Amino acid sequence: MEKIATRMGFAKELVELGKDYENIFVIDTDLSCSGKSDGFAKAFPERSLNVGIAEQNAAGVAAGLATCGKIPFVVSFAIFASLRMCEMVRQEIAYPKLNVKVVGSHGGLSPAPDGASHQAIEDMGVMRTIPNMTVVMPADYWSARKLTRAVAEFDGPVFIRFTRDSVPVIYDENIQLEIGKAHQIQDGSDVAIIANGDTVHIALEAAKKLAEENISARVLDMHTIKPLDADAVKDCIEKIGKIITVEDHNIINGLGSAVCEVVAEIGKGKVKRIGINDKFGESASYERLMEKNGITVDAIVEAAKSF
Amino acid sequence: MEKKSVEELKEIAKDLRKKVVTILYEAGSGHPGGSLSAADFVTACYFYEMNVDPKNPKWAERDRFVLSKGHVCPVLYAALSTRGFFPEETLHTLRKEGSPLQGHPNFNCPGIDIPTGSLGQGLACAVGMAIGLKYDKKNSRVFAVLGDGECQEGEIWEAAQTANKYKLDNLIAFVDKNNLQIDGPTDEVMPLLNLGEKFKAFGFEVYDIDGNDMNQIVQTLDEIRGKGQNQKPKCIIGRTIKGKGVSFMENQVGWHGVAPKKDELERALKDIEEGF
Ligand SMILES: Cc1ncc(C[n+]2csc(CCOP(=O)(O)OP(=O)(O)O)c2C)c(N)n1
Repeated sequence: MEKIATRMGFAKELVELGKDYENIFVIDTDLSCSGKSDGFAKAFPERSLNVGIAEQNAAGVAAGLATCGKIPFVVSFAIFASLRMCEMVRQEIAYPKLNVKVVGSHGGLSPAPDGASHQAIEDMGVMRTIPNMTVVMPADYWSARKLTRAVAEFDGPVFIRFTRDSVPVIYDENIQLEIGKAHQIQDGSDVAIIANGDTVHIALEAAKKLAEENISARVLDMHTIKPLDADAVKDCIEKIGKIITVEDHNIINGLGSAVCEVVAEIGKGKVKRIGINDKFGESASYERLMEKNGITVDAIVEAAKSF
Repeated sequence: MEKKSVEELKEIAKDLRKKVVTILYEAGSGHPGGSLSAADFVTACYFYEMNVDPKNPKWAERDRFVLSKGHVCPVLYAALSTRGFFPEETLHTLRKEGSPLQGHPNFNCPGIDIPTGSLGQGLACAVGMAIGLKYDKKNSRVFAVLGDGECQEGEIWEAAQTANKYKLDNLIAFVDKNNLQIDGPTDEVMPLLNLGEKFKAFGFEVYDIDGNDMNQIVQTLDEIRGKGQNQKPKCIIGRTIKGKGVSFMENQVGWHGVAPKKDELERALKDIEEGF
């Protein structure tokens, strides 16, 4: 299966968007090569700013630009885009509901050899907690392209998270994705697996393995964790009753928590959360980190069989 | 430890540079450019100026070291190991699973006084250490190494004004002014104007030197030591060359965060040995 990093999808679509919308600006923070906004900077130098290693400033500048009718994309590693910019995003972007897109590349454990300092495991949770924020994570190259466009065309503040490494391309250019709507990749009757980002292909593989054992799994790509598609979760509970959530994020306040909030209010059904068990990462290969944190095909299969 | 001579220090810096490129090659990722530019000052800290005890890394009377630009930890790891904080074998585990030598430094590594990696935060921690040491009436000093690109972070200046307010004459900040960051030359990405003048305006005593010249580094450290408790935080603007000592890495923005391959490692070792 072909593999491409989601941030490459962002890179490509951003340039397309630059052609379609004259008011799209990009604000870089000395990470345009890693964050993949360098293509936009080359194509549209007059709408591309680099404020240096000054993320807080970048967020403020984005807010100011948004008040002038621009659509600023501010780009950094997910860790800095969420946490270093956090209060600026809250006060000057989310609170006034300005049309700023906060882009975090290298999300989750994906900057693996860099170690814990660079691994964003709380970013989506922190952003999810801020009122008015929309929080999105694409699962592959094509969803990265489609969701980057959807985010640009959406009116309001958004945090969108990409990752460093290549991931399997699971969709094609015809995929239709809507912010706030879960995308059901396959239906099933015994268990529902709800995943986001890089873990969607892991969920799909697990579903395949389960099928070999006559366990039928529904797989949802929950690319938007806020607003969460509560109807899709409710349907999983009504029709199946068992949900496994999978994410490369702390299990506190990420996808798993968001799903649990909905399920708890329904008052029936059962959820198992697979993700980082509230501990910091470390230097290692990405694959090993996912294994060590139990974010694997086998862990999903095991969870499905042990409800 | 007896202070090493300038000639000895130069040899040690050479050795640290070789270790840097070697362990980066072995790790397959990491940051050579800024490690090589800072190698001479780090050498002078650990083999000339700082009062540390490798057998007792947490010794309360020790001088403190803060690598504010934490991504260049390979050079710090090399210095700590060579100074005896941990065996040389450990160096070869850099960035590998289970290693005390994380991609960015933390407390797993003996001799690390504070974890760093997110830029802009180290100087504030150094300020806190300097205040704490003064409060405890210790003569220990705090050495902080900053990147020039890193000085674009606002927190650096918040820390600087705090150093002035609390008259931290036990704080020595070294800015590794290699004029490059990731997206290009600092002057293009975000002009820093005159960094020395800026630190002066923030109440620092400023020394502008060639940060790759061991003679100048040692003389400056002597001079600063001679000032004693003069109520002023110190800042050394070290004009350096990113990638210093390796012909094909010098002044090359592309060598910020890429590890050398086998043939590049061999050429790098040769350049360093021959004092390119
Ligand atoms: C807060 C933060 N933003 C971004 C980064 C990513 N980053 C790592 S090194 C670097 C450039 C550093 O430039 P400089 O301070 O000049 O260091 P040097 O050139 O000596 O390596 C950047 C942007 C980071 N580590 N921390």
